[in-house]
Amino acid sequence: MIAAAIIVFREVLEAALLIGIMAAAVSSMPRARVWITAGVVGGVIGSVVVAGLADLIAQAVDGAGQELLNATVLGLAVLMLGWHNIWMSRHGRQLSQQAQQVAQSVSSGHAELSAVALVVCLTVLREGSETALFLYGISTGNQLALHELIAGAVLGLGSGAAAGVILYFGLVRIPVGQLFRITSALLLLVAAGMAAQMARLLAQANLIEIGTQSVWDTSWLLSMDSRTGNLLHMLVGYEARPSAMQVAFYFTTIGLILCGMRITQRMSGASPSRRSSASGPARVPRPSQAHIL
Amino acid sequence: MNLLLKTLIAAVLAFSASMTLADEFERSLVIENHRFDPVELRVPAGKKIKLMVENKDTTPEEFESHDLNREKVVPPKSRVSIFIGPLKAGRYAFMGEFHADLANGTVIAED
Repeated sequence: MIAAAIIVFREVLEAALLIGIMAAAVSSMPRARVWITAGVVGGVIGSVVVAGLADLIAQAVDGAGQELLNATVLGLAVLMLGWHNIWMSRHGRQLSQQAQQVAQSVSSGHAELSAVALVVCLTVLREGSETALFLYGISTGNQLALHELIAGAVLGLGSGAAAGVILYFGLVRIPVGQLFRITSALLLLVAAGMAAQMARLLAQANLIEIGTQSVWDTSWLLSMDSRTGNLLHMLVGYEARPSAMQVAFYFTTIGLILCGMRITQRMSGASPSRRSSASGPARVPRPSQAHIL
Repeated sequence: MNLLLKTLIAAVLAFSASMTLADEFERSLVIENHRFDPVELRVPAGKKIKLMVENKDTTPEEFESHDLNREKVVPPKSRVSIFIGPLKAGRYAFMGEFHADLANGTVIAED
């Protein structure tokens, strides 16, 4: 039972941490919880479907179906995380200054929340389908009584979800202005880590043929099997033996999202420098900001 | 000019053919009763390897290796391919995540 709980916990934890961060990032927006919940529900339904079709998917596209599906799911999530960060770089300050009313009047608020819901859905889908497959395997393998299996699954799911909830409540205690900076930084690294995973999957299916050799090995310093290594893998995309292509995907993603954030910040007239953000609340909004309100 | 182009195309074709012939090694791995066979898989170092993993069990397994930086679900009664490497000479542990107590093995890359 404990073994089953540990595997479920590991799968759930990654999704739960990401949901915790995303939920905190949009916590000041109206109906954020509804959107997040919708994302989770959609992801759970999707993961059962994907697990049910596992055989078909594995055989599809010359045996590369699994990698292609996962790489697409990751790619979409990276795009949505990038969109979220860019959106926040423009609207984050308005949210922190006038919280609720502004969020309601920001016309793209729905688009932002649906992007967040989609990231949540895709993440639950990815981790959930593996969990569903694993539980299915155990239940047909007769290695464990059904009640033990259910107890293990519930224990794993519960403790994984609890970690996400703790992270959420830790984050929302941070003043809103700083919260956006922290969640944006965290999600930037999460997105980069996902992009690196994409590169791994494409190499695994031989869809990327160059740069598949690992460029360094830090497993002596921080093993992927260790708790810290595992946690850093989930949060910042740590790899002990990354391939050249993974490193390239990682830093290209960071570069592109940062560029997008800077450009929208300039366009919306909000200076990215710390000094002006400190004097922010007292400042009269420029016309370019006023029209968003 | 025409001759040059033809020579170039022939050279590219020959090169790509030699790449796929020389650089792709195939190795088979079987999962039965939640154990890998062979437990130690010898492969040439510095080459890309196509690992064919066949699951003879009626339950799904997940091939996972942090050392090889690979992870793939192997559905019951089916065969999947996993490309690994090129690897430096050395030992690389792998396991079946769904039966980690039984399903363990090592890829040994040799010069």
